[in-house]
Amino acid sequence: MSQPIFTLQDINFEADQKKILQHISFTVKQGELVTITGPSGSGKSTLLKIIATLLSETSGKILFHDKDINQYEPTEYRKLVSYCFQTPSLFGDTVQDNLSFPYEIRHKEFDQKRAIHLLERVGLDASYLDKSIHDISGGEKQRVALIRNLLFETDVLLLDEVTSALDHENSQIIRDLIFQLNQEENITVLWVTHNPDEFKEGTHQIKMVEGQIQEEYHE
Amino acid sequence: MNSLNISNTSLIFASVLIVIALLIDYKEKLGLGKDIFIAAIRTVVQLFVIGYVLSYIFKLDNILVTLFMVLFIIVNAAINAAKRTGGIDKAFSISLIAIGVGTAVSLIVLFVSGALEWTPSQIVPITGMIASNAMTAVGVGYRSMNASFKDQRQQVLEKLALGADIKQATAPIIRHSIKSAMAPSIDRAKTVGLVSLPGMMSGLMFAGIEPTTAIRYQIVVMFMLIATTGFSTMIASYLAYKSYFNDRKQLLD
Ligand SMILES: Nc1ncnc2c1ncn2[C@@H]1O[C@H](COP(=O)(O)OP(=O)(O)OP(=O)(O)O)[C@@H](O)[C@H]1O
Ligand SMILES: [Mg+2]
Repeated sequence: MSQPIFTLQDINFEADQKKILQHISFTVKQGELVTITGPSGSGKSTLLKIIATLLSETSGKILFHDKDINQYEPTEYRKLVSYCFQTPSLFGDTVQDNLSFPYEIRHKEFDQKRAIHLLERVGLDASYLDKSIHDISGGEKQRVALIRNLLFETDVLLLDEVTSALDHENSQIIRDLIFQLNQEENITVLWVTHNPDEFKEGTHQIKMVEGQIQEEYHE
Repeated sequence: MNSLNISNTSLIFASVLIVIALLIDYKEKLGLGKDIFIAAIRTVVQLFVIGYVLSYIFKLDNILVTLFMVLFIIVNAAINAAKRTGGIDKAFSISLIAIGVGTAVSLIVLFVSGALEWTPSQIVPITGMIASNAMTAVGVGYRSMNASFKDQRQQVLEKLALGADIKQATAPIIRHSIKSAMAPSIDRAKTVGLVSLPGMMSGLMFAGIEPTTAIRYQIVVMFMLIATTGFSTMIASYLAYKSYFNDRKQLLD
């Protein structure tokens, strides 16, 4: 539990001359469940996208296992540090197109059993594989999108409000899944949430306001 | 050749057609008057100039001059196609390679098959035909690609986030861009002869060539256009998609 997996050193991000993130520094240890909260527009998604290397910081540095994230091959890095979007959209035609994509990019055969297993873990079932992405609900899309990130082992999951489109029951299913991935499979999780109950679950909690860290709490 | 001759007097009388267009513009208040006028003047000037230039080149029958003309056509086509990229990096070079290679390949196939002879009066018009179609097709491909990158921005980002390479994240966009660029020439090939008699064939028949001979040329032209549009847009798409990303494999704004 003690090795730092991420070290953020004075991260700043500007877009259109607007300071969106300022002086963000913190360390994440291997296996932590980091919860991040803050008002809308405080820069939470931007921070996760920078950690996911989908955006580049304006200044500052992020180390992943002691090496600058910019020194990793982006596609390899993103397979290890997997970002799940706040409002994901599915691609292709069917749910299966989405779940087979991670196999395609690794030039591997689609593992239908594993896909069905994960569908069931998030309260869906095998019948969803052939469903059109236009015929499933927002909450179902959100769960399919989350599964895309879980088909292969990752070191880190970056979750951006993954329960916001879900009802109480399904949120609970996803929360349980996150805890299980974190505790049993030792995946480090950075979880952005507006839900105070979810926020409290973090072993490491970060409150952001206007692009800055306002409060940080370690267990 | 039969008596194929339009006198300058006939041309002047034909200008009545432009006057009709100007009258329509005036009556319907289209505000196109200036455009129609300029278009008409440009048509006359450009075609007269190119007519005399071609006439000179055909008589000269010099390999270098012919090649220069071919190059001139291709460069112009590339400049025009590049305008439709919506400002991507190296738009001109990409278009030049795409249209140049696409045109060259078609020309070579036509030579090898014996469908075309190495005389300026065949090479120059055929190059013009191929390059202008390649230009339009490449332009359509660029526009489709631009639109797709806008519409499917989120999907591309999600694929990148899953660890896809930029090519894997863009594959459907590239496919769609090539498809939409090729579609018009495929459609045209399907309806040719049913809806319109194409320019090449009409021209040959005008000049008194037997329709059965004229169609052979037209068949060659149709095949050539399908191949060139496909090949040129494939090259253009595969070169252009990279400009939507930076070297960190991030999708640009
Ligand atoms: N590419 C960009 N260009 C300009 N401004 C941007 C860009 N991306 C984000 N912003 C701005 O940065 C700020 C932070 O956005 P971000 O999406 O990170 O907020 P958030 O904390 O995730 O909010 P929410 O809780 O609503 O999801 C917002 O004011 C947003 O408008
Ligand atoms: Mg957000």
